[in-house]
Amino acid sequence: MIKNIYFDYQATTPVDPRVIKKMIPYFGEIYGNPHSRNHPFGWEAEEAVEVARENVAEIIKANPKEIIFTSGATESNNLAIKGLADFYGDKKNHIITCVTEHKCVLESCRFLSEKKDFDVTYLPVKSDGLIDLEVLKKSITPKTLLVSIMGVHNEIGVIQPLSEIGKICRENDVFFHTDCAQAVGKIDLDVNNMNIDLMSISGHKIYGPKGVGALYVRRKPRVRIAAMMSGGGQERGMRSGTLSPALCVGLGEACKIYSGEMNQESKKLEKLRTLMLDGIRSKCDEIYLNGSEVERVPGNLNLSFAYIEGESLMMGIKNLAVSSGSACTSASLEPSYVLKALGVEEELAHTSLRIGLGRFTSEEDVNEAVEKIVNEVNRLRALSPLWEMAQEGVDLTKINWAAH
Amino acid sequence: MAYSKKLVDHYENPRNVGSLDKESKEVGTGLVGAPACGDVMKLQIKVGDSGIIEDAKFKTFGCGSAIASSSLITEWVKGKSVDEADSIKNTEIANHLALPPVKIHCSVLAEDAIKAAIADYKDKNKK
Repeated sequence: MIKNIYFDYQATTPVDPRVIKKMIPYFGEIYGNPHSRNHPFGWEAEEAVEVARENVAEIIKANPKEIIFTSGATESNNLAIKGLADFYGDKKNHIITCVTEHKCVLESCRFLSEKKDFDVTYLPVKSDGLIDLEVLKKSITPKTLLVSIMGVHNEIGVIQPLSEIGKICRENDVFFHTDCAQAVGKIDLDVNNMNIDLMSISGHKIYGPKGVGALYVRRKPRVRIAAMMSGGGQERGMRSGTLSPALCVGLGEACKIYSGEMNQESKKLEKLRTLMLDGIRSKCDEIYLNGSEVERVPGNLNLSFAYIEGESLMMGIKNLAVSSGSACTSASLEPSYVLKALGVEEELAHTSLRIGLGRFTSEEDVNEAVEKIVNEVNRLRALSPLWEMAQEGVDLTKINWAAH
Repeated sequence: MAYSKKLVDHYENPRNVGSLDKESKEVGTGLVGAPACGDVMKLQIKVGDSGIIEDAKFKTFGCGSAIASSSLITEWVKGKSVDEADSIKNTEIANHLALPPVKIHCSVLAEDAIKAAIADYKDKNKK
């Protein structure tokens, strides 16, 4: 029996056993409604939620009162962008975001431009995946309400310059929202130093449970957002609905673990990433890393394997769970919009894989992956007419290909 | 996406991988697709004096379905006359490999490749 190895930590992470242990009582013996103010059952649940809120606040250096629990980063991003637009839209109606943002940010912005008469500027990225701060500055107008730029990219792992963006936003009296689903636990975050007004957080990207996330909403100076759901006015009126203490506790514990272990985990992942990348590159030529080499988190490798198509490579390494930036796994047949935005040629975008390393990845896992990937790359290149032509010295860009 | 056993077999053990001498008058070469679209097939046939395809070779850049489609068609055309090979339909390939709907274009490409190889052979041998 071949063992499957997980290399898709940007898609989701397993819940840390320490997190599960903390959560379990809240599925059984502790069942009160945290919003019940009149009896010990409610108080017990409420206390657990508040401790969790402190743990979430701690990792981003916020005040616990500024943390709103949600169902996940998608909801947090929707609530931040649409909620802010709803509250301030009659005064300012321009949003700046970036072409490589997550779909839930892009779609929220598209909704506002189509239905609510907002103007949206989509900043391009440089070839390293980072935005150009000068272009950001020039894009700000007196009508600009919000800049929304993610912290760490889900597909290519690059780290945007949050401090610099925050500074520009504060100087121009513009709100700054950042989707930090992939950034929490990976880079140091400080909402005050970075001038962040709104931040989205996800549970399941940080070894917490799925179905829970948080939104940081600054209190000083106060940031107002309109609620999207009508209800009992929980979470300071911004997000109605009874909280799940088990899920909140899980998110809180996941944050707490990272508060203590981020640095050592990052060091371990850097070692594993070097092992993986050097291992592959020592045996295969023309392996390209997508996104900045420097400004990136250690758990993400997005690689283009020139002359072989991504999905066929995935088929050959099928016990390694990786993700494809190539088109052929999705119904659309379009290569990744993120790689396109970086200016990665379509030829190379079709050959890319995202390899995610995480808390439970071992050196043996990486060694096995390197061996499998190297073997498969060499096998598929022997099968590839493009590889053959390149070896013969044919310039592939000079051939008149029939697009289909 | 779960693929059929036949498809996986052709992907893991592709038949007739390689190249024939493209300068030879007996050899027809078809190169179809585009790198930017994610698939390129090179299919070559060697035709004997009797008009029967004696050998076929391929190389493919593309997904598993594209590799399997081209491997399968090289198996099918060997021993056939040029005209018989020319009449192979993509639907036969798609059915045989049980291609999912989004992969039908891989079988179309394989049909295009054999047709292109035959056209090249005929062009070289115009009387």
